[in-house]
Amino acid sequence: MSTIASTSSTGSTTGRRGFLGLPRRAVMPLALLAVVLGLSLLRVATGVDDLDSSNAVSAALVAAVPLALAGLGGLWSERAGVVNIGLEGMMIMGSWSAAFAAYHWGAWAGVLGAVLGGMLFGALHALATVYIGVDQIVSGVAINLLGAGLTKFLAERFFSGLAGGGPTQSPSLPDIPSVTLPGSSALVDLEKHHWFLVSDIAGILAGLTRDVSLLTILAVLLVVATAFVLWRTTFGLRLRSCGEAPQAAETLGVNVYLYKTLAVLVSGALAGLGGGFLAMVASDGFQQGQTGGRGYIGLAAMIFGNWMPLGTALGALLFGYTQALQLRGGDQVHALLLLVGAGVLVGAVWMAVRRRVLQAVILAVAGVLVLLWYFGSGSIDPNLTGTAPYVVTLLVMAFASQHLRMPAADGVIYRKGEAG
Amino acid sequence: MNSTLRRIGVAVAAPLLAILIAVVLTSLVLLALGNAVGPVWQVFLASPMQGVTEAIVNDAAVLYLSGVAVAIGFRMNLFNIGVDGQYRVAAFAAALFAAQGWLPGFLNVILALVLAMLVGAAWAGIIAVLKVTRGVSEVISSIMLNSIATGVVSWLLLKVADKQEGSNATTTKAIPDSSHVPALVTTQAGQIYGLVLLAVLVGLVYWFVINRTRFGFDLRATGSSESAAVASGVSVKKMTISAMLASGAVAGLVGMPQLFGQDYNYGSNSQTGLGFAGIAVALIGRNNPIGIAFGALLWAYLNGQSNALQINAGVNASLVNIIQGVMVLAVVIAYELVRRWDKRIEARRVAAELAAGNTAGAAA
Repeated sequence: MSTIASTSSTGSTTGRRGFLGLPRRAVMPLALLAVVLGLSLLRVATGVDDLDSSNAVSAALVAAVPLALAGLGGLWSERAGVVNIGLEGMMIMGSWSAAFAAYHWGAWAGVLGAVLGGMLFGALHALATVYIGVDQIVSGVAINLLGAGLTKFLAERFFSGLAGGGPTQSPSLPDIPSVTLPGSSALVDLEKHHWFLVSDIAGILAGLTRDVSLLTILAVLLVVATAFVLWRTTFGLRLRSCGEAPQAAETLGVNVYLYKTLAVLVSGALAGLGGGFLAMVASDGFQQGQTGGRGYIGLAAMIFGNWMPLGTALGALLFGYTQALQLRGGDQVHALLLLVGAGVLVGAVWMAVRRRVLQAVILAVAGVLVLLWYFGSGSIDPNLTGTAPYVVTLLVMAFASQHLRMPAADGVIYRKGEAG
Repeated sequence: MNSTLRRIGVAVAAPLLAILIAVVLTSLVLLALGNAVGPVWQVFLASPMQGVTEAIVNDAAVLYLSGVAVAIGFRMNLFNIGVDGQYRVAAFAAALFAAQGWLPGFLNVILALVLAMLVGAAWAGIIAVLKVTRGVSEVISSIMLNSIATGVVSWLLLKVADKQEGSNATTTKAIPDSSHVPALVTTQAGQIYGLVLLAVLVGLVYWFVINRTRFGFDLRATGSSESAAVASGVSVKKMTISAMLASGAVAGLVGMPQLFGQDYNYGSNSQTGLGFAGIAVALIGRNNPIGIAFGALLWAYLNGQSNALQINAGVNASLVNIIQGVMVLAVVIAYELVRRWDKRIEARRVAAELAAGNTAGAAA
């Protein structure tokens, strides 16, 4: 298992030995710096200040949290070998039960409600897939159908008569408290000057430290906790062994059914919490169709992150960022095209240096096309930018699949006693 | 003979068990919420109201097409979750093409149908190519492509939209009158779309191809045991691509009955979610041409009857979504339980025969 623990999670640019021969520990901070530098250059070049303003960063964070929670949910389940397509249904259930509990018993009860609602569907998924042995995709599809139907019915039944509520939405809900880092107002002042790099860093930091919901902080802690529990504890090792080689785990005395069930329950709880976040923090209450496929984007973030917690969180941030920009207008996304085009061209040069001609040509053509798109159009339709997470995931799966490593027994139905 | 009877018994037992579970669980939900249970089931058992029968037939035909599209993939263990995206892209393309009226009358319809099949197949082809050349799981890529289809179609719809006064809906241009497909049956309260016949045709072709052709045999063989199929000379890659293309082509037809029978354009109000209902229908029908028809009719019947729930039982019509959701989960669980139970009986029989002595065992 130690090889898995040491596998790099940040995708194709950082190999095992570190990018450009740099020490591994330096890769992440340098990559971060490169991203910030790129954004500042882009901001100055295009004059679109909202690219990395504190407001944009804050919106991106809010958009990323539900995706990250859904992605973490998928991670727990798939690390134990149970594919969870039902994340979307679990999220929907979480958003309804959060609204119901929050309306009646207050904000923190809403958080608990979200977790329990998601867990309920997690329990269903575990019952069907782990104990009965139903195909995991089939069960997931059924859970999505059931989640959409049940919440639709329950919303009509419980929110219709309430003040501010209706058949498709709940009344406005009590708020989860937000916190602001003391002294961070200096960052806002700094941001207003629009100095190259300095104001950008200040804006990003301000977005990350001001008016942050406690649930967002909880989500960050859950990413860390997932990484710790799954990779640094005996419990985690056993859980992951159920996803890699359940028969071998069984011969070593691991109760595979129990671990798989726990994993799927945690998965449901996390996805449900993501749904609750949507209802309570990202908006003012439950709305029908609120999840809008975020369970699937969470799944995409998990794949993008190579079934690792930090990678999943990075994927969620990336997808959340594009979502947030999309909601804030087309200019920013249009400006991003320039960065993407330039980035792809740099990639082409890098491939050429490494004498990988075919990849270099493909990337060069793609980069030129993106740049032509940038210079040829004034804005991008939000419908198209909405597809970005899915296109990116497809491309990653198609062209970087040698860097992806999913759990070996993921999706395989396991029956007790098979180890013989 | 005995084993045939048992196979039929197994095939019927599971759906019945599933319906029973769905009824019991839904009743429990109703009881827990303090609703009366009796009137609800009375609504579902009453004969359909005026116009509802027609709606049920139309709905069932569309669901049947979607179910067959999913089933083609299922037959070789390919999960085409992407029917949802495939049919929407195809319906958009067909509506756009037919509205141009480049060809007269029925020729226009036929070409639009062919185009819909081609577009559906092409969209599914992306999944197949990614799977065969890059090893990308068809489940993941079809989920991604469903969402990409949503974005791309809404984007294109805005570009070609035919803005109408006083309407918020964004739609393609209307198909010319000469290319409207006349109703099969017109009653006082409604009509049955002419292209409902497509479902019958597709059902017949599906049955024939699966059971009576080399392609169907290879498909089923690959689904049952990939290694055995490879050993007998079947190219799994080729089968994956052709199955996915066939599935996508049928998926392309899903939107057609409604397009040429009622809507005459494709727009933001066109029906969605048919692909996922198709998965449910295929699961209920065990990918069998007749079974899928049963599943489609059941699903459509529940949809149709649910309209009367609010008036006659005082319960929201969306209760039907719970019944359907529970039913899908119950049906797959029931099939799995019945399958295992069947296997155990089989094992016990063999064991008994072996214990009875080797002489009798040879005759069985």
